[in-house]
Amino acid sequence: MNRVTLAHGSGGQAMQQLIEQLFLTAFANPWLDEQEDQARLALSLLTGAGDRLAFSTDSYVIDPLCFPGGDIGKLAVCGTANDVAVSGALPRWLSCGFILEEGLELALLERIVASMAATARAAGIAIVTGDTKVVPRGAADKLFINTAGIGAIPVGLTWGASGIQPGDVLLVSGTLGDHGATILNLREGLGMTGELRSDCAVLTPLIQTLVNVPGIRALRDATRGGVNAVAHEFAARCGCGIELQERALPVKPAVRGLCELLGLDPLNFANEGKLAIVVARSAAERVLTTLHQHPLGRDAAIIGEVVAQKGVRLTGLYGVTRTLDLPHAEPLPRIC
Amino acid sequence: MRYVDEYRDPQKVRQLIALLHDAAGQLPHTPRAPLRIMEVCGGHTHAIFKFGLDRLLPKNVEFIHGPGCPVCVLPMGRIDACIEIASHPQVIFCTFGDAMRVPGKTGSLLDARSRGADVRVIYSPLDALKLAEQNPTREVVLFGLGFETTMPATAVTLQQARARGVTNFYLFCQHITLLPVLKSLLADPQSGIDAVLAPGHVSMVIGTGGYDFIPDTFLRPLVVAGFEPVDLLQGVLMLIDQTIAGRSKVENQYRRVVPDAGNPVALAAMDEVFTLADDSEWRGLGVIARSGMALSPGYQAFDAERRFHPAPQRVSDDPEARCGEVLTGRCKPAQCPLFGSRCNPQSAFGALMVSSEGACSAWYQYRSQECEV
Repeated sequence: MNRVTLAHGSGGQAMQQLIEQLFLTAFANPWLDEQEDQARLALSLLTGAGDRLAFSTDSYVIDPLCFPGGDIGKLAVCGTANDVAVSGALPRWLSCGFILEEGLELALLERIVASMAATARAAGIAIVTGDTKVVPRGAADKLFINTAGIGAIPVGLTWGASGIQPGDVLLVSGTLGDHGATILNLREGLGMTGELRSDCAVLTPLIQTLVNVPGIRALRDATRGGVNAVAHEFAARCGCGIELQERALPVKPAVRGLCELLGLDPLNFANEGKLAIVVARSAAERVLTTLHQHPLGRDAAIIGEVVAQKGVRLTGLYGVTRTLDLPHAEPLPRIC
Repeated sequence: MRYVDEYRDPQKVRQLIALLHDAAGQLPHTPRAPLRIMEVCGGHTHAIFKFGLDRLLPKNVEFIHGPGCPVCVLPMGRIDACIEIASHPQVIFCTFGDAMRVPGKTGSLLDARSRGADVRVIYSPLDALKLAEQNPTREVVLFGLGFETTMPATAVTLQQARARGVTNFYLFCQHITLLPVLKSLLADPQSGIDAVLAPGHVSMVIGTGGYDFIPDTFLRPLVVAGFEPVDLLQGVLMLIDQTIAGRSKVENQYRRVVPDAGNPVALAAMDEVFTLADDSEWRGLGVIARSGMALSPGYQAFDAERRFHPAPQRVSDDPEARCGEVLTGRCKPAQCPLFGSRCNPQSAFGALMVSSEGACSAWYQYRSQECEV
């Protein structure tokens, strides 16, 4: 048994074996161990932690499956956990659906499941229910994962983009584009050496340091589309504009090098462990200090401000302010 | 970052701007009749917009955004021919990324890929040759596109293909040469180009001697310039100095990259593989005499058009589009009636909206909010 076969998704013995020997063992927790068709979660565990449920889902189809700094399993936990956590909730429970391509190496699946289990455990998250499907070779690309997560939002915590006002400032919790640059380099075989490493991380510990800090308006996990996409979402939601300062943007030299070579902008690159945070101006320094004190926020920076004039703009190194367009599609490298 | 930050240094830029303002005060030009400098290269255009350099210039000096964006001047009919070739089931069609979205009559290469064509983005022509060697049962076609900047890499790839006896590898040749279009633009009495910033990367290959006709025949000063803000502003300053002194000569600001003799190894490779073809069509500018390149007799076995015989396509530019006027400085991108409405980066109507190096696309990307107010 060294490759996934259609039998592993058939409902028969092969599937039972896969579930018991791999998933139940790796993810072991009391809810999963009950082996009912659903996880049975005591409401009291939620109501004790807050008064609203934060609920989010995401699908993971990344290619390549493994990359410096993580793999699709770690990503599937971090991504959904972060989407729940930016509400201020503690992500507690995750569901997980696998779509496996016939012929996938079992050793690879085991490695990815182990990575998911380790990431979840370290973050205090239980994977409590799941599903496995196997599709014929060619009907999917190796392995897709969907996860959904829930947690309770503490009473009185109302972070959200609609509360953003002119005069607020925008922070990021660290360097831009580490994940996107790492994946582009690998996927396209660019062969860049240097410190390209995905920032894939569960951000709950960092976010929890902010829960009692007054003046925080909204948090987003700056994934696909990068910080630029989040700036556009924030601006559209609050009806204001956002102006970024180019010289304030934290970017690692290796990521910057890749962007300079290909004519791409780190503002548009995906992150998997970075927050974009809007705070009242009076709270900015305190939030920045709080972020700097945590390893996940060491490179945090104030990068811009909210203004009344709609649109997203960037003020360059020489003081000229220009439109910061949201790319229509994934940016393609320029010819020369 | 070395070789980048020192040429973007805000203090140096401020000093250059101050010098430019001083020098421009000695020009006879006025804000209503400014000194018009054509930056030929799309890379220059992109840098000017990205850093907002045109905003920093004295009011009596202005940039005209030239034709040096190979993706922009690519005629629609050629994209249709590419799509026809890419649609053969045995073909792997390889292209640089920014040609993927250029619309032809039947959509773009990106659309062709979604319909099932095997179209792949490459980062070097050698990637395409490697694909051919890895897929001996397929036929791999490289979309060779660009000026003298990209021509040497295509030439070397074909030399290697021939040396290694690779027989399933072809070139769709859309290489074009820059000097004839400059000649044609300067000969146009309506173009109003006072001085020329010549492209750094093309010049790195061809050297500076080829530009002599610009001061000699057309009496315009020319400076070969690099792509960073300090390079571009220094290039502008050199052009203003020439203008004040009443001189017209070829000068080289980009000496750290451009030797006056060019790159003899690259030139030899190009000379072996390519030959000057007949007239070539340039989107937005029409047909320009002896501006296209074709494979030389020794390399015609690699010619994708000989192998696949795509139907000849001729698609005229829309008469409402004012691309040609933008290219000759008679119209700013946002003054075109189609700008931002029917012509935008998602559905480019005219050539200059197609690539991020086109003047209209750069304007849309970096200035679109100013058009709303």
